Amino acid sequence: MMPKQNILDDAKLADQFQDHIDADEKIEPKDWMPDKYRNTHIRQISQHAHSEIVGMLPEGNWIGRAPTLRRKVALLAKVQDEAGHGLYLYSAAETLGISREEMIDQLHTGKAKYSSIFNYPTLSWADIGAIGWLVDGAAIINQVMLTRTSFGPYARAMVRICKEESFHQRQGYEIMLTLCRGTNVQKEMAQDALNRWWWPSLMMFGPRDNESPHTEQSMKWKIKRKTNDELRQQFIDNTAPQADFLGITIPDPDLKWNESRKHYDFGEIDWDEFWTVVKGNGPMNKERLDARKKAWKEGTWVREAALAYASNKVH
Amino acid sequence: MKDTLYDYLLILGDNPLILGHRLSELCGHGPTLETDIALTNLSLDLFGQVRSLFQYAAAVKGGNATEDSVAFLRSERGYKNAILLEQPNIDFAHVMVRQFLYDAFNLPQLEQLVKSKDKTIAAISAKSIKECRYHFRFSSQWIRRLGGGTEESHRRVTNAINVLYPFADELFNETMAEQKMKEVGIGADLAKIKPIFVNEINETFNEVGLKVADIAPRIAKGKEGLHSEQLGHILAELQYMQRAYPNMQW
Ligand SMILES: [Fe+2]
Ligand SMILES: [Fe+2]
Repeated sequence: MMPKQNILDDAKLADQFQDHIDADEKIEPKDWMPDKYRNTHIRQISQHAHSEIVGMLPEGNWIGRAPTLRRKVALLAKVQDEAGHGLYLYSAAETLGISREEMIDQLHTGKAKYSSIFNYPTLSWADIGAIGWLVDGAAIINQVMLTRTSFGPYARAMVRICKEESFHQRQGYEIMLTLCRGTNVQKEMAQDALNRWWWPSLMMFGPRDNESPHTEQSMKWKIKRKTNDELRQQFIDNTAPQADFLGITIPDPDLKWNESRKHYDFGEIDWDEFWTVVKGNGPMNKERLDARKKAWKEGTWVREAALAYASNKVH
Repeated sequence: MKDTLYDYLLILGDNPLILGHRLSELCGHGPTLETDIALTNLSLDLFGQVRSLFQYAAAVKGGNATEDSVAFLRSERGYKNAILLEQPNIDFAHVMVRQFLYDAFNLPQLEQLVKSKDKTIAAISAKSIKECRYHFRFSSQWIRRLGGGTEESHRRVTNAINVLYPFADELFNETMAEQKMKEVGIGADLAKIKPIFVNEINETFNEVGLKVADIAPRIAKGKEGLHSEQLGHILAELQYMQRAYPNMQW
C-alpha cells in the first residue's frame, strides 16, 4: 500500500509545485521539488559557477601586462568579481544538497561543463575589451532572464551578479572605444579581437532551439523564460549598433537590419566548431582545465593546514 | 631635495608595485576561492597605494611625467624595491612569508610616515595604514595556520622562512635618500622600525614553533637598483604594452 500512497502524494505535490511556478512564486531550498528539478538546478548552477571560475583564466592572462595602472586595477577587480560570482553560485547550488568539493570534483573529472567561450585564448590587450563588451554582454542577457528564474537562491544570486556584469560590460566597451579612438595599430587590435570573439560569443547562447532538448521543460519550470534563439537575436540586436558606433566591423557579411522583422538578420554559426569545443577539443580546453586542477592540487596542503590549525585550536 | 624626494617616493612605491605584481600572478590560481579573493584584495590595495605614490612622484618630477611613466618606463636599474618583494611565488608558504615580512616592516614604517612633515606622504600613509593593518592580520594569521597546521605546512613555511628571511635585512639598510628624508622629518627612521619588526616576527613565529635564528642576511641592494634576476622578467611583463606600443592612450 505504501508505495502507491507515495506515488499519489508525489503526484499531488508535483501538481502543487507546478501551481506555485505558474503563479510565479519562488521555490525555496526546503520546499518539495521534483528530483529532476533539483538535479537540473544542481547541474545548471554548478556549471554556471564553474564558468565564472574558469572565466577568470583568460582575462587573468593579461593582468600582468595591463597597459596602465588604472587598467590593471580595473582588470584585477573585474576578475576578482568573477571569483565572487563563483562563490555566490556555489553557495546557491549547495542549498540543493551538493558540496562545493563535489562540484569542483565534477569540473575536474569533466563530468560538469563550463561555458565554452573560455576555451578561446586571449591574444592581445584588445581581447580584454572584447570580452567585457561581448562575453559579459552575452552573459548579462542570459542572466537578466535568470533573475526571474523560479528557484529563489539562483534568482537572488543573479540579481547581485547582474549589477556587476553590466559594469564589466561598460568597462569592456570603454576599452574598445579607447582603442578605436586611438592609433591605427590600436584600431586594428580592436578589429582583430572582434573578429575572433564575435562568433564564439554568439555560440554562448547554445544550440538552435530545434536542437535544444531541455528548452521545453526549462520553460515550463521557468528556469528559462526565453529560448536560445530569442536570446541570441536580442544580443545581436543590442550589439550591432554598438560596433557601428565603435567604427569596427562585425565579421558577418550576412548581418543586415531587416525592417520587416525589426531585427538583424545574421549568417550561419559554425556549428561544427561549436560542438568541437563543447566536446573538449577547442583551442584552450585542456589548458583551462589543467590550470584549475593544478591550483586545486597545489592548494591541498594549504586547505589541510587551515583545517588542522582550526581543529588544533579547538582541542 | 626634489630629486631626493622623488627617489624616496620610488623606494616607497616600488615595494608595493612589485609585490602587487607578484600577488596578481596568483589571481585565479589560489588554494580556495576565498583565499584567491583575499590575495587579490591585497594586490588591489597595493596597486592603489602605488597609484597615489606615483601620482605624487610624477608631480614632484614635473614635465610630462605621469603615474604610468613612473611605473612602466624606467630601466631595470631605476627600480628601487627591496629584493624580497620580487621573489617568486614558489608555493603558498613563500607567498605568505614574503607578505608577512613586508607587512611587519611596513606597518611600523607607516606609523612613522603618517606623521611625515610632507603632507602628501602623511595623507597617503594614513590611508595605506588601514589597509596594512588588515594585511598584517591576514598574513600573520596564515603564518600561524601554516606553522601550527600540519607537518607538511610546518615544513613548507620553515623552508620559506629560510629562503626569504635573509632578504628581510635589506629593508633596514638605509639608502642615501632614506637618510636625507629621515633627517628632514619626511621619511621614516628605519633603525626604529627594526626592533618592532624583530619583536613582531619572533612573537608570531614562537606561537607556532617557528624560528629565524642563525640565518645570515644576504647581500641585497635592490633599493639601490641592483636586483636579482627575477626583476627583469617581471618588468618584461609589466612594461610589455608600454614598450611595444609607446606613446598611446589606453
Ligand atoms: Fe561573472
Ligand atoms: Fe563579468
